Amino acid sequence: MTDTASIPPPPLAIEMRDIVKRFPGVVANDGITLQVRQGEIHALLGENGAGKSTLMNILFGLHSPDEGHVFVNGKPADFSGPREAVHAGLGMVHQHFMLIPRFTVTENVILGAEGDVTLLDRAAAARRVAEIAHAYGLDIDPNARVEDISVGLQQRVEILRALYQGSKILILDEPTALLTPQEIEDLYGILDRLRADGGTIIFITHKLREVAAVSDRVTVIRRGKTIGTRDTRGTTAQELADMMVGRGVSLTVDRPPASPGETILEARHLQAKGDHGHAALDIELLELRRGEILGVCGVEGNGQGELVEVLSGLRGFTAGTLTIGGQDMKGRNPNGFRDAGLSYIPEDRHQRGLVLDFPLWENVLLGNTGHEPFARAGLIDSRKSQSITRGLMEEYDVRAPSPVTHARNLSGGNQQKLIIARELYRNPDVLLAIQPTRGLDVGAIEFVHRKLVEVRDSDKAVLLVSFDLDEILDLSDRIVVLYQGKITGVFLSGQVSRSELGLFMGGRTTDDADAIPTHN
Amino acid sequence: MRTRFQLTTSSLFGAFGSVAAVIVALLLGAVVISVAGSDPVEAYRALWDGAFVGRRSIGDTLIYTAPLILGGLAFAVAARAGMFNIGIEGQLVVGGFAAALVGAWDFGLPKVIYLPLALVVAAVAGGIWGFIPGFLRAKTGAHEVITTIMLNYLAFRLITYLVLKQDKYLPVSPNNLGTDKVVDAARLPRILDGTRLHAGILIALAAAVLLWFVLYHTTFGYNVRAVGLSRGASAYGGINWGTTIMIAMTLAGAFAGLAGAGESLGLHGRHYTTPPGYGFTSIAVGLVGRNNPLAIILSGLLFGALSAGAPSMQSADVSKEIVLVIQGLIILAVAALEVVRRLPTIRARMAKRTAARGAARSGA
Amino acid sequence: MSDFFTLALLTAVLRMATPLLFASLGGLTSERSGVMNIGLEGMMLTGAFFAVAGTWWTSSAWLGLLVGVLASAVAALIHAIWSITFRGDQIVVGTAINLIAAGLSAFLVQTIWGKAGASDRVETLPNIASGVNILVPIAFVLVPVVHFFLFRTKQGLHIQAAGENPQAAESVGIDVTRYRYVAVIASGIFAGLGGAFLSIGDLSYFTLDMTAGRGFIALAAVIFGGWSPLGALGATLLFGAAQAVQIQAQATPGFPISSDLLVALPYIVTLIAITGLVRARTGPAGLGTHATTS
Repeated sequence: MTDTASIPPPPLAIEMRDIVKRFPGVVANDGITLQVRQGEIHALLGENGAGKSTLMNILFGLHSPDEGHVFVNGKPADFSGPREAVHAGLGMVHQHFMLIPRFTVTENVILGAEGDVTLLDRAAAARRVAEIAHAYGLDIDPNARVEDISVGLQQRVEILRALYQGSKILILDEPTALLTPQEIEDLYGILDRLRADGGTIIFITHKLREVAAVSDRVTVIRRGKTIGTRDTRGTTAQELADMMVGRGVSLTVDRPPASPGETILEARHLQAKGDHGHAALDIELLELRRGEILGVCGVEGNGQGELVEVLSGLRGFTAGTLTIGGQDMKGRNPNGFRDAGLSYIPEDRHQRGLVLDFPLWENVLLGNTGHEPFARAGLIDSRKSQSITRGLMEEYDVRAPSPVTHARNLSGGNQQKLIIARELYRNPDVLLAIQPTRGLDVGAIEFVHRKLVEVRDSDKAVLLVSFDLDEILDLSDRIVVLYQGKITGVFLSGQVSRSELGLFMGGRTTDDADAIPTHN
Repeated sequence: MRTRFQLTTSSLFGAFGSVAAVIVALLLGAVVISVAGSDPVEAYRALWDGAFVGRRSIGDTLIYTAPLILGGLAFAVAARAGMFNIGIEGQLVVGGFAAALVGAWDFGLPKVIYLPLALVVAAVAGGIWGFIPGFLRAKTGAHEVITTIMLNYLAFRLITYLVLKQDKYLPVSPNNLGTDKVVDAARLPRILDGTRLHAGILIALAAAVLLWFVLYHTTFGYNVRAVGLSRGASAYGGINWGTTIMIAMTLAGAFAGLAGAGESLGLHGRHYTTPPGYGFTSIAVGLVGRNNPLAIILSGLLFGALSAGAPSMQSADVSKEIVLVIQGLIILAVAALEVVRRLPTIRARMAKRTAARGAARSGA
Repeated sequence: MSDFFTLALLTAVLRMATPLLFASLGGLTSERSGVMNIGLEGMMLTGAFFAVAGTWWTSSAWLGLLVGVLASAVAALIHAIWSITFRGDQIVVGTAINLIAAGLSAFLVQTIWGKAGASDRVETLPNIASGVNILVPIAFVLVPVVHFFLFRTKQGLHIQAAGENPQAAESVGIDVTRYRYVAVIASGIFAGLGGAFLSIGDLSYFTLDMTAGRGFIALAAVIFGGWSPLGALGATLLFGAAQAVQIQAQATPGFPISSDLLVALPYIVTLIAITGLVRARTGPAGLGTHATTS
């Protein structure tokens, strides 16, 4: 609409110049420059680990840069903490919401911004919160407890908090990660309104789609360096992708067509309860066949966790049947599932997959202590276990000094390789892979993807759960959508579009396929 | 086997840290002694003489060492499973009392049967007292720090009641504030002439080696350590948390019960109602030994020497309770040095987390 | 039995509940900020001892009270430094505090009065009625005060935020470390008041281990009372009643249960309370955790 050649661009809201930040063993920011104009939505695009979060932590005064300068509205800014940043008009919407579940919406919004008072006037604060919410179309009950409201609403609490603090510059860190497609649309609407009101927004993401949907300009960073800044309308997804991952890196998986065989895992009328006793899972039919990768997609929190726990024996099911290789799995513990031929790459390497303070060889023992060659008659064969571990480290290229190195000292990629090595050593019939590439670098992701396809091609079954739709689409032979604990759609890969899946993830079912208008 | 004895930098630091902690605590103790108007050098010399100079002193040191090793093991096995066992004192007196009752009843059994029987009863009784908080934690979530303390006081009061009021039914002696004398066939034999040193120290050494083997070479020990380090990962590995902590706490109680048996079947020949006060010192033994059974032998010896030498400090006009202060200071010093040791890890972790914060979408 | 439930029993309930109430108000303040305070017992003991010592030195029970409370605040400060700044294990640190308090008080009793077991008698704080020490109403007045502070003031909200989610609190500029220090030191002051009540309120001398696990019972009362001052009041009254009944029964000839057994009652009540009801309660979500930066 505006002719950028003749009208000077608006002044800069944020300028970060040649920022360098080193941590022991890592250069997180290696000369990053970022210029954000007032009144624009500026996307900060980069892969996981590219240095986006470090940069924002520097902006917010959580870290001080080793080199470089920060300017806010043209003035040098060297904040010593979030309070000063907030004072200067910055507001942050965190990826992991910084909310206190047991507090009300109002309490969360006013926290730290109560002003120079001792006594709290909750009623007045609630009125003020309601006013601001109304002004920006953020429909929310100020007296609701945060633990009782949906994830989308929780995000609004974070936005409200920034507005309540008087922020004019809003930073959103991967704000769509936990949202349904509809909630994402709502968020875009809110951001448009904030911009129309003179606000400046930095939108951190690693998804090209979002850059195109929401931003005016985009800055791409890779491995701690600024690659470039573009007008969103003047660039292409291909250009941005190349900038983000570097040329020559192909993330598409070389995957011959599948030849599915017999059904190896079958769940019928399977029901399970969640942690708080509510009905969390209600699976009519789930079949997993040899020689296929079955992708389970859905927005986080729609029963994926419970499904995985039931399928791995960590959570009992209350009704229905579950068989693996024809064996009834009712009442079995995780080791019973292992005995039936199941292996499991858990979502959380640190909390589930590994005992970080155990040496590698004892981590290889995890889940294997019940049988030879690792143990016999309750005694652990440490020599055998160590030599097996050494072999696995070689075979799977786990880079560590020795089997007695503690798992904590390995990089994420090497930790994941160790887990995969352990799980495949058992030669399973079924492999559950949950978010198997989360937080890994490109090389490790490729390794994991290749392994999953290898497993499939050796006539085993793989169940892949991922919140990354691209990963699901790249790897799966069949795809099921999980919504509110139910399977709402089953698709053959290549016969479903991304946007169609998005609709199902947002609650559409096969039955009312035509009932909900599409958002495209 | 090789791995366990490998001197890694971290275990070296651990050993060094423990020694440094003891030195720092002794120096601070010296300050307290000076402030109280006595000569710390003289006091510590008296302490040393009382602990190590002469056959009798060495005997005394080992007499104290035995229950402290067992108590340290009782702390360590629970701690390895992630449980903080402050109930050692209660488990100890229950075991000691039960053993003394069996030993004082005079079943007329030969020693080869009677003594082991009394020891087993002590381990079982202490084990039950340890099992209760383990069970409560596993089934109701009640924190063991509070339940074990309550069970300590409950044990003291119950035993006092039984000794004072149930002499009609039990072999107890209200006048002696304890049980009746344990018959010879159930006594732990003396093992060093001219001292009161009894075979309890041998039981303690055997128990330490046994626990070391169990922890590092059996699947049960593996389960205990896995549960203590990561509940999530151990569940993933098919290890039942509740069962494991219950067994670990039972084992802890059994060790403490054996310590009590050493007192009643070995040292005194009866069980007295006054608690001996090894419980909290045992925590220090475990912490200084870094919950490693073999290191606990050494730290048990250290604290045994402190306890044995303490009364000698009276000659330097220093009250023996200063040793409790020194023990507390040792714990504080160990905790402070632990921070120094962790520093590189903490820094690296923070750096890593910050660098990859955008990366990890942590799951629900 | 008819004269069992008398005014004397009621007074005894209040007397027994008072030290527990002080300590549990301290415990919940600390735990609300996210710091587990196992050292409450040692802080009580420190307060009890130094209140007597202070009274003995100054010949004034009020100055003695001040000395006692200051000493327990110092013990709490040590706890804070170790558990917050050094990020030590909060239970380990608390245990050390308890050991040092027990050892130091015994050592100083011996050093000052030259005898083991107990101090000389000293002056006491005044009673406002027969058997009701001035500290009793103060303890009960503190309940609404702490309640008001925690739930109606900005600082109270910040303490709760520090205990529920320290990272979130820091992200909005709340100085978690400072609030936790304040809360832990406050808990030491409360515990010191409880200890001083035992030694120069209820009695007039110090004896070894005179707190007899009350610090731990107070922690149980915190949990049982759902981390709220009013809940703690209810819980400590219950535990106080258990002790009072036991004392009253000892003084009642022909009471059917042996007094030697009844002394175990408070511990049994505590055990049952914490195991039977703990399921429904959950403490501050960030209890025992450390802040991200410091």
